[in-house]
Amino acid sequence: MADSSEGRPAGRRRASWSLWLLLILVPLTMWVPLYNRVEPTLAGFPFFYWFQLLSIVIGAVLTALAYFMTKND
Amino acid sequence: MVVNWTALTVFVLFFGAVTILGFVASRWRKGDLSLLSEWGLAGGRFGTMVTWFLLGGDLYTAYTFIAVPALAFGAGAIAFFAVPYTILVYPFVFVVFPRLWSVSRRHRYITAADFVRGRFGNRSLALAVAVTGIVATMPYIALQLVGIEVVIAAMGVQAAGVVGELPLIIAFVILAAFTYTSGLRAPAAIAIVKDVMIYVTVVTAIVVVPMQLGGFGRIFAAVPPAKLILPHPGPGTFGSYSAFATLAFGSALALFLYPHAVTGVLSAASRRAIRRNSALLPAYSIVLALIALLGFMALAAGVAKAPESAPLFKQYGANFAVPALILQAFPNWFAGFAFAAIGIGALVPAAIMSIAAANLFTRNIYRAYFRPDCSPAQEAQMAKWVSLVVKFGALLFIILLPQQYAIQLQLLGGVWIVQTLPAVILGLYTRWLEPKALLLGWLAGIASGTWMAAVLDFKSSTYPLTVGGFTMPGYAAFYSVLVNLAVAIVLTIVFRGVGAADNEDETAVADYR
Repeated sequence: MADSSEGRPAGRRRASWSLWLLLILVPLTMWVPLYNRVEPTLAGFPFFYWFQLLSIVIGAVLTALAYFMTKND
Repeated sequence: MVVNWTALTVFVLFFGAVTILGFVASRWRKGDLSLLSEWGLAGGRFGTMVTWFLLGGDLYTAYTFIAVPALAFGAGAIAFFAVPYTILVYPFVFVVFPRLWSVSRRHRYITAADFVRGRFGNRSLALAVAVTGIVATMPYIALQLVGIEVVIAAMGVQAAGVVGELPLIIAFVILAAFTYTSGLRAPAAIAIVKDVMIYVTVVTAIVVVPMQLGGFGRIFAAVPPAKLILPHPGPGTFGSYSAFATLAFGSALALFLYPHAVTGVLSAASRRAIRRNSALLPAYSIVLALIALLGFMALAAGVAKAPESAPLFKQYGANFAVPALILQAFPNWFAGFAFAAIGIGALVPAAIMSIAAANLFTRNIYRAYFRPDCSPAQEAQMAKWVSLVVKFGALLFIILLPQQYAIQLQLLGGVWIVQTLPAVILGLYTRWLEPKALLLGWLAGIASGTWMAAVLDFKSSTYPLTVGGFTMPGYAAFYSVLVNLAVAIVLTIVFRGVGAADNEDETAVADYR
């Protein structure tokens, strides 16, 4: 991630952009007040729980995106 | 409690089958097992699928299956810090670890301490990294035994004295023997079986138990409202919010610094295999979240109220919640299958951990300090012996000392292992940090982290840091690694300022790509 993208072809720059996108996961999971609530529930799951399950999916999608963007790396 | 023969028979059958698999594995992707890189890293030839099973089998241990739901059962929502923890860890691996893989492949490093020695040219710093890894791993191996112990007791096999420890001793002799003969190939082969069994158990539980209990709404309704979500912090503190967040973040930083995780990563055949894995491993995160929910299902099923479970709850506390739920919800044969999944789930990480500790000892202590001229065959033989010593040490630990010690040491292990982060992880990106400064930072981190745990009587790792009357409870590993980093940065500036910096580095920028 600390790799500088200067002087690289455009594909490389797009690839490192997709790595920075992964940083979204830090506030998403670390900002506890965002999801520490019971309502709205989904299929019996309090928000606290289904939001975390949803975050796993978001994390997986972002990592998969980064994987395809860095394919030539 | 009477012996549950059906469950025990199924358990023994599966255990026996994976034992055979463990020995046969030596012939898998055959290599010269008298070389350390073959025995301890399987030649670095594992593709995406095997690496996926290996890492999954490695990171989600028997103790995870017992302890995470036990925490949910006893303490509620806080146990779910394990979910953001796994959400953060794989992107971290995705970005950082291909660099470690590349530089290690180029310079034939097999441990993180190898890399640190090459990068910083400082034997003491490499020794610090190696010793931290070994010390943090030992109690972790011991805790795997707790997992086996609980499920064996759940099948009614209990006796006083040495006879009572016999099943545990047998399990460990088996483990030691196949690790010795097959090296990393054994746990890799068994991990595939173990993961399939775990998936079958968890998916069945997540479908069957809510049906028995009347749906997830009912299950969550059984959780006391105060524990269903985190308590809102009072004035003057972040309360459980900062504890939850730093536990997740600190654990995510620590996980892949453990020697067994590094071993898993370095045994991959390519950078792509690591990246592909990081994108695929969140499947395990879902399973982990579901496993944590088993704690709530145990609450809803009222397992603690069943009279036949009372003595076992007394002995194992909340750790008995999942076995009790399995016994109550499933027929005996399936309970035996589920217990076998947990028992085998202990063998895989225990084997990888002992191999990783043996690699560290042999490479970074024995060869670095005692026998620099040892032959590759002597090196591999030494590692095989050390893997035995490490495992029997763990076995003695669990038989002779109260279980509480292993739990407390494992907790400290997380605080210690994260102190290798500046040298290992930042070292992958920059050589600016000075090795002497890194070593003193490591020392400051170990000292401050251990002190925080001592203040808490080694019962908790959540230290209530108070600044200007405002309290921020947080994971001791997180705070102490900040101390470590601050010391390392300030001293690097000092050493560079007075011209006392050491700049030796055998790696080049291109080695990391």
